[in-house]
Amino acid sequence: MQVRSQVSMVFHLDKCIGCHTCSVACKNIWTDRKGAEYMWWNNVETKPGTGFPTKWEDQDKYKGGFELTDNGKLNIKSTSKTKIIPNIFHNPHMPTMDDYYEPWTYDYQNLFNAPEGPVQPTAKPISMIDGKDIDIQSGPNWDDDLGGSPIYAENDPNLKGLTEQQKHELSAIERLVFFYFPRICNHCLNPCCVASCPSGALYKRGEDGIVLIDQQRCRAWRSCVAACPYKKTYFNWFTGKSEKCILCFPRLETGQAPACFHSCVGRIRYLGVLLYDADRLEEVAKLPDEELVEGHRSLILDPFDPQVIAEARKNGISEAVLESAQNSPVYKFVKVWKIALPPHIEYRTLPMLFYVPPMSPVQASKPEDTIKHNSDNLFHDIDDSRVPMRFLANLFGAGHEGGVRYALSKQKAVRWHRRAETVGDVDRETADRILREANCSREEAEAIYELTTLCKFEDRFVIPPMHREQAIEMMKDPYEHKKEVGFGFVSGPARGL
Amino acid sequence: MDPRVLDQFLFIALPYVCLFTFFLMTIYRYRTEKFSYSSLSSQFLENKQHFWAVVPFHYGILAVTLGHFIAFLVPRTVLAWNSHPLRLYILEISALAFGLLTLIGLISIVMRRGSFSKIREVTTTTDWILFALLIVQTVFGISIAVIYPWGSSWFATVLSPYLWSIFLLNPDISYLAGSPLLVRSHIVLAFLIIGFFPFTRLVHLLVVPNPYLWRKVQVVRWYGNK
Ligand code: HEM
Ligand code: SF4
Ligand code: SF4
Repeated sequence: MQVRSQVSMVFHLDKCIGCHTCSVACKNIWTDRKGAEYMWWNNVETKPGTGFPTKWEDQDKYKGGFELTDNGKLNIKSTSKTKIIPNIFHNPHMPTMDDYYEPWTYDYQNLFNAPEGPVQPTAKPISMIDGKDIDIQSGPNWDDDLGGSPIYAENDPNLKGLTEQQKHELSAIERLVFFYFPRICNHCLNPCCVASCPSGALYKRGEDGIVLIDQQRCRAWRSCVAACPYKKTYFNWFTGKSEKCILCFPRLETGQAPACFHSCVGRIRYLGVLLYDADRLEEVAKLPDEELVEGHRSLILDPFDPQVIAEARKNGISEAVLESAQNSPVYKFVKVWKIALPPHIEYRTLPMLFYVPPMSPVQASKPEDTIKHNSDNLFHDIDDSRVPMRFLANLFGAGHEGGVRYALSKQKAVRWHRRAETVGDVDRETADRILREANCSREEAEAIYELTTLCKFEDRFVIPPMHREQAIEMMKDPYEHKKEVGFGFVSGPARGL
Repeated sequence: MDPRVLDQFLFIALPYVCLFTFFLMTIYRYRTEKFSYSSLSSQFLENKQHFWAVVPFHYGILAVTLGHFIAFLVPRTVLAWNSHPLRLYILEISALAFGLLTLIGLISIVMRRGSFSKIREVTTTTDWILFALLIVQTVFGISIAVIYPWGSSWFATVLSPYLWSIFLLNPDISYLAGSPLLVRSHIVLAFLIIGFFPFTRLVHLLVVPNPYLWRKVQVVRWYGNK
C-alpha cells in the first residue's frame, strides 16, 4: 500500500442553478488574457446538450482518454508512444478553434466615430484574433438552457442506448427537461494529459495531486489537448503553450477555496482530502467497464483505519493532512454515503471530481388537453424521472445503472425522511421503509441532509494546510522564493520569436 | 578588395562569428527566456492546410539535414557506399527528392501563413525572414544537386575536410579553391542561418522531446526530496 493524498471535489448537481458565476470568477482571475479568451477552465453545460467544445464526449471524434487493448494494455487513444513520432508535426486528433468558438468583441469606437447619418451607428462584432468582422457562429454557453433543442440536446453523445421513444420524450414539450453540468479539470489519478506529454511538462503534484502544466517546459506539441478526454487542457494560440485549470493552487496554499468554489451561488461545491492507494492505480484503470466505478471507489482509503494512518505517516503525509482527510466532506459523499460518482469513468483517467446525480421532475403526459403527471406519488419512483436513468448511467456509470440508481434512491429516501420529520404528511413507516430500501439509516439521512442543505463554508471546504511553505528557509532565501511562486519564474510569459 | 581577404572573411571569420552566436545565444536564451522555447504551433487556428505544409517540410528537412550531418561526420563511409554506381544513384535521387519535398513544404508554409488572416496574426517579421532564408537555401541546395551532381561524393572530399578544419580550430580554406559560386553561396547562407537560429522559432529543434519514449507514463513532482 502506498498512501497518497489528493485534494478532491464533489459537485452536487441537484443544487446547481446554472448561473455561471463560477465560470466568470475563474475567467476574471485566470483567463482574461490574449490567447486565452476562448478558454473556460470552469464551464457550465446544459445536459442534454453538446457541451464545450462541441460534442467533447464523442471520443470517436476526439479520441480522448485511454483505451484497453485486447492484450490488456492501457493505450492513449490519441497518440500512443509510437505514434507520437509522426503525430508531433501534425496531430490528427487536435481540436481546433472551430470546435470551441472564435472569441470576439465589438467595435465600440464606431459608436463614437461614425459619421452623421440617418440611422443609429452599431457596434459590429469583430474577431479577437485578427480584428476582422465576424459572423458569430458559436460562443460561450451557446447551448445554454436549450434542453429539447434539435441542434444541441438531440446530439448529446450520452443519449446512446436510449430507446427511440425515450429520445422522443426528451424533446416533447410537456416533458422537457435539462440540468446543469459544471465542469473543471478533474485532477485525475491517471491523467491522460500527463501521460501524453512528450516534453514531460505536465505533472501531478505529489503532495496534493493537483495536475499542472510547467509553462517553461511546454513546447506546443499539443498532445495533452488531444489526449484529455474532458477537453480540459487548452491551447493558448498566442503564447504557444497549453494551459489548464490549476485548482487555484495559490489560493489553496493560502487557505482559501478555489475561486469557482468560493463564488458558487448554489453552494454545490465541496472540497476535501481523499487518501488513496497509489500502488493499485494501474490495476483499477484496467478493470472492465462495469467494475470501474466500484474499483475507483475502492482506491480511496479509510482515514480512520490505523493501518492506513501508519502507512500514510510512513509516506510523509503530515498529521494536519490526515486530520483534514478525516473531516473531508468529499470522503463522506463518495465513500461513506456513495452518492457521488465520477464522470465518464470509462475514459479510465480516474477523475477526482465526483458528482451527485440530479433528481428531476416526474414524467408528464398530455392524454387530453391538460398535462398530467404520470405518478401521483409526492416523491415519484426514480424510474419515472424525466431524465432517463440510462442517460445518467452513460454520464456517471460507464453505461451501467447500478451506482446511479443507488445514489438517486438514497437522495429520494432522504427527502421522504425529511418530509416525515418536518411536514408530517407522509407517514414515518413508509419513510423508514424507503430508507431501508435505499440502504440508509435515519442518522445517515440526517447527515446527508445537513451537509447538503445547511452546510457552511467550513463544512464545504476542508482545506488541508498545503505544505509548500514548509521549511522553505532551509532550501532557499524566502525573499527569492516569494518572487517566484505562482508561475514559478520571473521573466514575462512573452511569445517566442 | 583582394579576393583572398573576402574569402577569409566569408569562410573563416563569418563561420566563427555565426557559430559563436549560435552557442552563446541559444544557451543565453534558454537560461533567461526559457518560456520562449516552443514550436509555436499554429494547428489550433487552421487545421486543413496545416498537414500539407508542416509535414512534408519536416520530413524533407529532417532527411536533408541528417544527410548533411552524415556526410560531415563519416565522409569515408559515404564514399565507400558510393563506390557502387547503383547505390550512388539511389542516394543522389533520394537526396534530391527530399530537397524537393522541403521546398514544396516551405512554399506551402508560406502560402498558408499568407492566406489565412488568423495565421498571419501569429507570424512575426522574424518568421518571414526565416522562411525567405530557408527557401533561398533550399533552392541553392536543389540547384547544386542538379547542376553539380554526385554531391554526396564531392561533399566528402571537399566540404567535410573544410568543415572539420573549422571545428578543429585550424581553418583551412584551400579545400574550397575552385568550388563554384553556387556552392560557396550555399555555405555562406548555411552559416548565416546558424547565426540567425537563436533568434528564431528554430530553437524548437533543440528541445525536441527525448525521454518520452522511455520515461514512466505518469509524472509526479514532489516539493521536497522524495
Ligand atoms: C525532430 C525534429 C523536429 C520536430 C519534432 C519539429 C516539430 C515542429 C512542430 C511541432 C512545429 C509546429 C507546427 C505547427 O503545428 O504549426 C514546427 C514548426 C516549424 N519547424 Fe520544426 N521540428 C523539427 C525539426 C525542424 C527542423 C530541422 C527545421 C528547420 C531547419 C524546422 C523548422 C520549422 C519551421 C520553419 C516551422 C514553422 C512551420 C510553420 O510555419 O507552420 N523544424 N516544428
Ligand atoms: S481532466 Fe483532463 S486535464 Fe484534468 S487531469 Fe484529467 S486528463 Fe488531465
Ligand atoms: S456558481 Fe455554482 S450554482 Fe452557479 S453555475 Fe456555477 S456551479 Fe452552478
